[in-house]
Amino acid sequence: MRYSLFNVVVNGLTNQRFATPAWRDAAPKPAYDVVIVGGGGHGLATAYYLAKNFGVRNVAVLEKGWIGSGNSGRNTTIFRSNYLLPGNEPFYEWSMKLWEGLEQELNYNVMASQRGIVNLIHSDAQRDAYARRGNAMLLAGADAELLDREQVRALAPFLDFDNARFPIKGGLAQPRAGTARHDAVVWGYARGADRRGVDIVQNCEVVGFLRGAGGGVVGVETTRGTIRAKKVALAVAGSTSRLAGKLGLRLPIESFVLQAFVSEAIKPLIPGVITFGAGHFYISQSDKGDLVFGGDLDGYNSYAQRGNLPTVEDVLEGGVSLMPLLGRLRLLRQWAGLCDMTMDGSPIFEAGLLPGLYLNAGWNYGGFKATPASGWCFAHMIARDEPHPLAAAMRLDRFRSGRLIDEKGVGAQPNLH
Amino acid sequence: MLIVCPYCGAREAQEFAYRGDATVRRPDPAAPDAAERFHDYVYLRDNPAGPHRELWYHIAGCRRWVEVSRDTRTHAISATRFAAEGEARR
Repeated sequence: MRYSLFNVVVNGLTNQRFATPAWRDAAPKPAYDVVIVGGGGHGLATAYYLAKNFGVRNVAVLEKGWIGSGNSGRNTTIFRSNYLLPGNEPFYEWSMKLWEGLEQELNYNVMASQRGIVNLIHSDAQRDAYARRGNAMLLAGADAELLDREQVRALAPFLDFDNARFPIKGGLAQPRAGTARHDAVVWGYARGADRRGVDIVQNCEVVGFLRGAGGGVVGVETTRGTIRAKKVALAVAGSTSRLAGKLGLRLPIESFVLQAFVSEAIKPLIPGVITFGAGHFYISQSDKGDLVFGGDLDGYNSYAQRGNLPTVEDVLEGGVSLMPLLGRLRLLRQWAGLCDMTMDGSPIFEAGLLPGLYLNAGWNYGGFKATPASGWCFAHMIARDEPHPLAAAMRLDRFRSGRLIDEKGVGAQPNLH
Repeated sequence: MLIVCPYCGAREAQEFAYRGDATVRRPDPAAPDAAERFHDYVYLRDNPAGPHRELWYHIAGCRRWVEVSRDTRTHAISATRFAAEGEARR
């Protein structure tokens, strides 16, 4: 069913009696051309672009829970392309372009809203660094604007501009950045993939792999039976090491939890996304009115999918130093997601580990914004057996060759990226 | 989370700085395959969901390196000892 205004009116007047599910809850078939493990945004986008761009439709997406129940449902819903390094920026800018047309592409309201992002500047050195970053963004075809203090004040007068330690001196803005409804992104890609013949199999956890004569991967063992596949693609960021371990692979990844927070809903206050440049804190306001924010990782390896209180305190301290009014609001909810933190803070696309195995991993805590381009480039890698030019720098061999993509420049210490 | 420092006793995890996996060993730089082994040592990790031996530095206490055995699913700590005790004492 194609969604339209007519469709909304008719279904509304008929009490949804003729509405159909947006996607089939498929049972697994014994064999597929491609099995994608992980029914989050990245896995479903990969299935969608495999079917749409490459005509590969005999595809299953396997999800251990329900689709979007992992990190796709736990992020802070921001998309942006304000990266510095040439290995990253063109990829994220392509993602931004896909975000800009995503609702028309999917015929689905993902509530994408280009409300802009401002990274605050608190010192002269930081202004130099952000000017450089802005220029790198412009060179890659993205948008960037260096704001002075009064321009930031016009946007967000409630910030603590005269903080004794971290006065606000300006900001780097990317007006095309924004936020989207994270669940709707998952549902939109699921619906689009399903309409092109992809099977979305939920409550189907992969517990092992089938290996061929040459050691290649020829299928998966799941809680819903054995499924053979010509190609097996992993898109399970957060749990990549656990699944790769079943294949005897060690990866440059450690798992950490990142917490996110939501305050009670208030009237419209924050125009876009604002990031604190002196601590690690970022905040935006959802369409419902609640303030959505986050900060640093809990700094030690964890698969707990919940956060600890000292990090809550740390994030809130950062928030209150940036915008003291936050102290008057009540915290409504707090949760945590598992992050694949890589050794250089950048993601991994890899096809060469084992025959038949394709890896999409290492999204650190920035995977949501990458969803469309990740699916686009991973589908290319699966269909063509070669990396997409935009993701060509994101191969595993960069750790051997030294061509790291280390945006923050902290080295092989994943909890600091 | 409380970490029992062998010298200072039970202290808040916030007093410690986290380093990571305690099981990786610096390879011999003179070995013929040193480049490959250094790649593994610097970058590759088991990253287990379960028991994990890891290094914490007691930066706001006795400033000694502590090896902590902790379950990464529950954060339950089963044992701590000075990292300087090395492999021999295990």
